[in-house]
Amino acid sequence: MASPQAAKSIRGSTAIVGIGQTAFGKGLVDTELSLACQAVSLALDDAGIAPAEIDGLASFTLEHDREVDLARNVGLGDITWFSQVGYGGGAACGVVGQAAMAVATGQANVVVAWRARKRADPASRPWAQVGGRLAGNHQWTRPFGLLRPVDEIAMLTRRYMHEFGATRDHLANVALAFRKHANANPNAAMHDKILTRDQYLAARWISEPLCLFDNCLETDGALAVVITSAERARDLATTPAYIHAFAQGIPPQHQTMTNYFNEDPLRGPAWACASRLWRNAEVTPADVKVAQLYDAFSPLIPLSLEGYGFCERGEGGPFTDNGNLEWPDGGLPTNTAGGGMSEAYVHGFNLVIEGVRQIRGTSTSQVDGADVSLVTSGEGVPTSALLLTVDA
Amino acid sequence: MADDFLLPDIEDPTSAPFWAGTGRGELTVQACGSCGRWRMPPRPMCPHCRSLEVEWVPTSGRATVWSFVIAHPPLLPAYAEFAPYNVITVMLDDDPRIRFVGNLVSGPDGSIGEIDATTIVIGEPVEVVFTRIDDVTLPRWVRRS
Ligand SMILES: [Zn+2]
Repeated sequence: MASPQAAKSIRGSTAIVGIGQTAFGKGLVDTELSLACQAVSLALDDAGIAPAEIDGLASFTLEHDREVDLARNVGLGDITWFSQVGYGGGAACGVVGQAAMAVATGQANVVVAWRARKRADPASRPWAQVGGRLAGNHQWTRPFGLLRPVDEIAMLTRRYMHEFGATRDHLANVALAFRKHANANPNAAMHDKILTRDQYLAARWISEPLCLFDNCLETDGALAVVITSAERARDLATTPAYIHAFAQGIPPQHQTMTNYFNEDPLRGPAWACASRLWRNAEVTPADVKVAQLYDAFSPLIPLSLEGYGFCERGEGGPFTDNGNLEWPDGGLPTNTAGGGMSEAYVHGFNLVIEGVRQIRGTSTSQVDGADVSLVTSGEGVPTSALLLTVDA
Repeated sequence: MADDFLLPDIEDPTSAPFWAGTGRGELTVQACGSCGRWRMPPRPMCPHCRSLEVEWVPTSGRATVWSFVIAHPPLLPAYAEFAPYNVITVMLDDDPRIRFVGNLVSGPDGSIGEIDATTIVIGEPVEVVFTRIDDVTLPRWVRRS
């Protein structure tokens, strides 16, 4: 029985019907714009939708390739809706979810959402840019050598370990699970590279308590998805991944990345996002068969597991024990294509596509009966999440 | 060289009084001119009462370590020469919701890499000292017993 609020939600009214991605790697030759166009073109072909049908475009504020350039290359017609979402790794599910809202409200019929990135471009690594004096939030952290995203998350990680007893073994559980999934995925950057617990524990430090293998990869590549109405989706050849629920989240007094200045810094954006996500859903965390959790850094996984309600507060570390994140036997197979740490780091857009593959039944680590598939974006920054389902 | 450290814009209108304070050898914090609550980092409006009235008040300069990291390369060259070095977050004894990021050093002129990283613990008591670099005075922290 639908509640009055449910009647207003976008539940099941849109679907992801096309996915496309370029190769992942370091130092790809093609330009970022070329990669974006290739991914969009592949997603359109996958959906069986002609460029002229696209009337909406959604991307990241970090995206260098503009809507007009994409449209002139791919040969799009009239665009009647376009939008961007901020906060880097927090954006991917927001980009797709806002596209779904545009379709559900009649602002567009078919939207392409994409992300393209070349790490070789210095502009894509803001922390490495120097020059000028620091204003805003960075003036309180960078003068002291807290320079990189990994340093900023390491500060929260040390506090998390202190408050809740999480260990490096828990972080290793995360890194090893995702690497195992990448080893099964021929498109993953780490497909051929085995990672053992001994290698993890012997790795060089980057920012203690985080070592090399707690970090995501540095990857060039582009990915795109096509979103349209559930009605249109039923006419297409691909299996629709229905967008069951979508949410974004910023908790009170949040400061992006350096969130050390409020009463409870470890209650991050996932908590705000999850409250809306589950309120708008007809399913609960217990119904989720497979998860793609944003993993720029391994500690974001226990924090996300807690925020999205898969375990109690402080239990995110032990939740990873006994291969619980690993396909096929774990309780919650997570980042089944390898995630940002072992498939590709493209601001979490690859997680969206793997979430769709699980619904389609085409993952290289396919979960049996994956009828509810969760995808999240960056914890530690204003974030977003999607629940994808087999049924509308 | 520490001269190449990333430094704050001490003329940023919102935070200039803080950096003026450190220049005088004082660790000050922004307080609401209406309800009196402290806030850090500084900002134009009080999130408790929405007042735009601001005052800057002195603190005890005493704190405990809330968390810390030990940074290893790759780092910007100015910092890499001190690596591995510590970065700590402290919470003020006066109000534990007020936190500052800084470095644990042996004294005002100590290097950020000089403290044995294995000896730093969350909860240990520290107090502020001041290090001058160019026209900026950075607050840093030394152990207190
Ligand atoms: Zn006030």
